[in-house]
Amino acid sequence: MSFFESLRERDRVFDFMTPQASTVDVRHGPILYMEDVTVSFDGFKAINKLNLTIDDGELRCIIGPNGAGKTTMMDIITGKTRPNEGSVWFGSRHNLLKMNEPEIASLGIGRKFQKPTVFEALSVFENLELAMAADKRIFPTLTARMTGETRDRIEEVLTTIGLTELRFQPAGILSHGQKQWLEIGMLLMQRPRLLLVDEPVAGMTEQEMERTAELLTRLAGKQSVVVVEHDMGFVRSIARKVTVLHQGSVLAEGSMDQVASDPSVVEVYLGADDEEAA
Amino acid sequence: MTFQATSSRFWLARPFTERATQLFLGVLFAALLIVTVLHVAVPQGSALHVNAYTVNLFGKYLSYALLAVAVDLVWGYLGILSLGHGAFFAIGGYAMGMYLMRQIGDRGTYGDPVLPDFMVFLNWDSLPWYWLGFDMAWFAFAMVLLAPGLLALIFGFLAFRSRVTGVYLSIITQALTFALMLAFFRNEMGFGGNNGLTDFREILGFNLRSSDTRLGLFLASGVALALGYVLCRAIVTSKLGRVCVATRDAEARTRFIGYRVERFQLFVFVVSAMLAGVAGALYVPQVGIINPSEFSPLFSIEIVLWVALGGRATLYGAVIGAILVNYAKTVFTGVMPDAWLFALGGLFVLVTVLLPKGVAGLFSHLRRRDSTYSREASA
Repeated sequence: MSFFESLRERDRVFDFMTPQASTVDVRHGPILYMEDVTVSFDGFKAINKLNLTIDDGELRCIIGPNGAGKTTMMDIITGKTRPNEGSVWFGSRHNLLKMNEPEIASLGIGRKFQKPTVFEALSVFENLELAMAADKRIFPTLTARMTGETRDRIEEVLTTIGLTELRFQPAGILSHGQKQWLEIGMLLMQRPRLLLVDEPVAGMTEQEMERTAELLTRLAGKQSVVVVEHDMGFVRSIARKVTVLHQGSVLAEGSMDQVASDPSVVEVYLGADDEEAA
Repeated sequence: MTFQATSSRFWLARPFTERATQLFLGVLFAALLIVTVLHVAVPQGSALHVNAYTVNLFGKYLSYALLAVAVDLVWGYLGILSLGHGAFFAIGGYAMGMYLMRQIGDRGTYGDPVLPDFMVFLNWDSLPWYWLGFDMAWFAFAMVLLAPGLLALIFGFLAFRSRVTGVYLSIITQALTFALMLAFFRNEMGFGGNNGLTDFREILGFNLRSSDTRLGLFLASGVALALGYVLCRAIVTSKLGRVCVATRDAEARTRFIGYRVERFQLFVFVVSAMLAGVAGALYVPQVGIINPSEFSPLFSIEIVLWVALGGRATLYGAVIGAILVNYAKTVFTGVMPDAWLFALGGLFVLVTVLLPKGVAGLFSHLRRRDSTYSREASA
């Protein structure tokens, strides 16, 4: 059959019409794989032979005392910091150490920083609109029109983060917790494969914490979520698997109960925390 | 500010669906019509007659208003406080001035068919290369857009790529206009030095001294203001406009979402510079002279004051501010010339204290009160 005849086949969907499936290869299980990663700043080893594997669709909590290297670890994954040694793979196809920040972001790794930064002068809806995965060059942005599809996607995320009622309000009037959810929503608009969430519940009320826990557990499964958190109660409420970092390497890994009963963990972290709580 | 995400309309058509833009265009065109009718149809002796001098004055205000809109686009929406927009205005003005100089032909004092008077005076025997082509209107008018645009492109590329923002950017824009002022003062530059370009006769074959041409220039300034306003409105109501506001409020975050912030800044900066150039080109034939004093840093700061007085990030506020301040300037410098700067300073202090969002802020405040009232009434 000639090429032109094939074009007349109306029941066929051509390859270029189908949405590009993600190129991230997770057939072998892990979506993120860090091996023997070491970072030193002027001789101080912020990360020391760190090994970490995150499975596809997993919700993982990372805990550890201050200076354990949690933020540095996130910086390495997002390409902000380059390790001195080791390898970091996203799926089994993408070597993150050979990519820059925007490339990594467009692969589908979204990061939520500790301090919520939303665009306060814009409405909740517009915040999500800007964050959406789209052609972000100048002229496509200038001539962009709202399609039913994008509207649906924004509404869907609004429902997920529970801000539907407030969608036409300026983001500046949101409470601290609502801003955090909006920021998670902005990450979701980019359809990430892996979400890195840094201390999501710092400064939240009990109720807000509960809703955040609910939100994060709901997100896991569709995408992998890595949460760095100090609040033990919160970690206990969401985590299936916890990794404890200490002095730049993994001290213990397992369920919350396993980790909590590990004597070395109790010594460096949980013990101190319990004393504080007591 | 309205909270409405991108509509499904074509981006240039969006402003026409807004109430505020409709109102603005309505008022502007009504004003143009009224002035024209009072100038042309009302006999000269009548108290209602608007004379050619006043028409000319209004035309000047309108070109200033376009300049203020250009500054509000970058300052209000992008957060770039340019204290050097007078430079783009002046360059647009010089491009127009060069065209008008070439139109004089052999009617100058020295009667040289090609060389402007000041070049004959300096004993130059031929036109410098950069004066070539300015005898053609289309070329000169293209340069009105391209010359300020190119300067903004080069300057902006260097500044935004190095992530120079905030007060540092303001300072280097001041330095830019100051450097250009010193350069244009030099006779060797070939732009008439200290005296600048003046003694114009004709534009597109129309006598610049006739009152009909002045009316035409006044109307052209009004139309240019309307077009510039609609263009800026279309930009700020597009998704790109919201990227600008996002950049203004949280630049790092905008970059993190995946927008190449420096390119957006550059694009809007260049558009704004071109609008300022058009304003300058309309200004020059109406005042009859362009000289390096338009590059003065003080003038650029004054433009920012107009925008601040009128209300930042509203566009129509910039128009109100420019017209109001310049009208006040005309009145004050006529009545007591020495008091003008005190009056301007006083006005600025007063507005900052009483109307932090400018005159436009007063409008939206009243409107909001009004709508709260009507909502209560209907409840």
